[in-house]
Amino acid sequence: MADKVKSKRIRPSSGISRRRALAGLGAAAAGGAALSALPGFVRYAQAQSSAPIKIGFQVHRTGIGAAYGRWYARTTQAATQVINEAGGINGRPVEIIAEDDGTDPKRGAEVIEKFATQHGADVAYGTLFSHVVIGSAPRAGELKIPYFVVSEGHHVASGMLNRYTLQPGITDVKSQVQSMAPWVASNLGKKVTMIYPDFAFGHNHRDYFSAAMAAQGGEVIGKIAIPPTESSYFKYFPKIPRGTEVLYHVMVGPGVLTFVKEMGEFFGAKGPRIFGFIDSLEAVNIASPGLEFLEGSYFWEGHPRHAQASSGKFDAFYRAKVGVDANGASLDDPKDIATYSHMFGCWETLHTIKRGMESAGYRGPGDRAKLIEAVEDIKAMEESQAHPQGAKIFNGKTHQVFGHQFISQVGGGKLNVVHKTAIEEGFYKDEVDYTKQPL
Amino acid sequence: MSRGSFNKAAALHLSAVGVLFALHFILPDYHHGNLARIMVLASFAMAYNISFGYTGLLSLGHAMFFAAGLYTAGLMAQFAGLGAAGGIILGLAAGFALAVAVGCLALRTTGVAFMIVTLMFAQAAFLTIFYFGEYTRGDEGFIIPSLQRHLFGLSLAEPAVRYFVALTLFALCVAVSYGVARSSLGRVFAAIRENEERTRMLGYNVFLYKLAALAISGAMAGAAGAAYGLLFGYVGSTFASIQYSIFPLLWVLMGGAATVLGPFAGTLLMFYLVDISSAFTTANMLIVGLALIGLILFFPKGILGTLRERVAPWLP
Repeated sequence: MADKVKSKRIRPSSGISRRRALAGLGAAAAGGAALSALPGFVRYAQAQSSAPIKIGFQVHRTGIGAAYGRWYARTTQAATQVINEAGGINGRPVEIIAEDDGTDPKRGAEVIEKFATQHGADVAYGTLFSHVVIGSAPRAGELKIPYFVVSEGHHVASGMLNRYTLQPGITDVKSQVQSMAPWVASNLGKKVTMIYPDFAFGHNHRDYFSAAMAAQGGEVIGKIAIPPTESSYFKYFPKIPRGTEVLYHVMVGPGVLTFVKEMGEFFGAKGPRIFGFIDSLEAVNIASPGLEFLEGSYFWEGHPRHAQASSGKFDAFYRAKVGVDANGASLDDPKDIATYSHMFGCWETLHTIKRGMESAGYRGPGDRAKLIEAVEDIKAMEESQAHPQGAKIFNGKTHQVFGHQFISQVGGGKLNVVHKTAIEEGFYKDEVDYTKQPL
Repeated sequence: MSRGSFNKAAALHLSAVGVLFALHFILPDYHHGNLARIMVLASFAMAYNISFGYTGLLSLGHAMFFAAGLYTAGLMAQFAGLGAAGGIILGLAAGFALAVAVGCLALRTTGVAFMIVTLMFAQAAFLTIFYFGEYTRGDEGFIIPSLQRHLFGLSLAEPAVRYFVALTLFALCVAVSYGVARSSLGRVFAAIRENEERTRMLGYNVFLYKLAALAISGAMAGAAGAAYGLLFGYVGSTFASIQYSIFPLLWVLMGGAATVLGPFAGTLLMFYLVDISSAFTTANMLIVGLALIGLILFFPKGILGTLRERVAPWLP
């Protein structure tokens, strides 16, 4: 399936039989005749109502984010198809206009400009990598095009961006990390050493988790930053302080497999208990050779990759529509592992755009401000077909959504959920009120 | 060079700036925004052209000069509340100072060694940004507050203001490049490029002239970096990465090394090659690569360089 998204535009598929089409045409003709007799009816209203809603999809097709981008594209295609089959948005079909940003902030900003000024997109959407979001958001704000990101960065809720940038489909790293601390402190240990990449993503983990552990009476006794250019990790393991009960790792990039392998060789059969973020192993088969050392260790997951007994019908529906099997791999290729903990954000964001547009009575770019206000008014999101990862609460002031998190244990080559956090565990004090900024 | 060809060349460059001025009133929004971006990047390419095109210094580290300007303007805006005018001036000064400092050491080498030394300095600069991640936000970068993105009371977020600031910077860089190309200084640069030993034998202090070329180049790159950050609002480490040292080399090679407008032609061509091809394929850099091979085959001295060789020998 899937890589049909390579064609630049995902056009709504009709899926309409000839009989239904004829019946529909008859009804439309009758309705049209009746409408045209009404005073005030203008021709372009019909044209406007049937024109597609254009969603500019800023996709990481190339560059470091390509593995994520591929699955974000597949999820976007599936969600668009589901929305269109259900009648689109306000009765109008959704058209996805995909542009590669090369996972580069400069190109990202150019792509936003292209959506706003060349494609005439209604909104821009879909960015994951934080530096692309931060590089693009100023242009989105200046061009006044709503920019729905699926990034999990804390940049939205931190107040760094602007009123036109929202993150309603995925929780942010601060919330994720904070909600892990109570379980880690009470189940794995209170003395933690963190190993993280020495750039902003790693620093976020370091700062938020240290604060959250302190609040639980725990302590981060070692903070080991790995430079981004590192390719071997042996020299860092002796720096892990004695007395470490939990080793917290969050590595990204091509060095992850080496990191895990070397960690296994260093510790052998005994060592601290291990807790990691699945970001380390998104799109990587957990049963890959070299990862045996992770058996019995724990991971944060945004959305359980392996179907669980507790997974509901909405997850099953979502999994089937996107084309993911019970092991989190593509239905077409079992070696093609999904970025399951992140890509649901695309599905849910598109459904939130639909909800916002329908609530705002959105008709075109002139209603963008109304759309922002309508999304800001959203509070509860129930677990549903639109929200298969679970229920959520949206904070209109900070433009950030909050939801459940999962902790899974590796066993038998699978990730088995052992704990699901409450939404409230991820709450923190508002750092911005975007609603006070002018539109 | 005759007075006639001098006038012809001056008229051509004035016309080019005039055409860019007129395009402001004609271009649709998307291309208008692109052209503003291209003019700033072309200023960076012209900076590179001073050292590589005119003086023959093949640096692989010019991203550090661009980033010096970008980060100086950005950090001063972020932490000291400095406005755009001050940011561009300090960015220029930062590019100049870094080029002099790096030049004093790197210019002890030549050829391949110079390429490697500049590459290493640029990598050190790149990692410095990560080292001071608390202030620079490392790979994520940061946004320059909109309050500081004002020049003489005008918001740089306004498309027209952005365009004219980019055009002013571009015109100044054209003037500097043109001036250098026409001056005795430029002729010494060219002499060093063509035969360094002979230039030394003629009594010129080659080291000082090369340092001067690198300093002018660094200052222009710093100004371009500062302007880029202030005009588009974002400061990030990507702009200090190796690819931003390679880009100006490609732009200059495409447009024509040691021609004043060649860097602009190369930047324009490559920008639209990527922009248009990315709509059809993810292998857009392959298309850029094929275009480069085609250029080497049919325009071995770049677009304007080949034009100068074949039809317009008066082009500076």
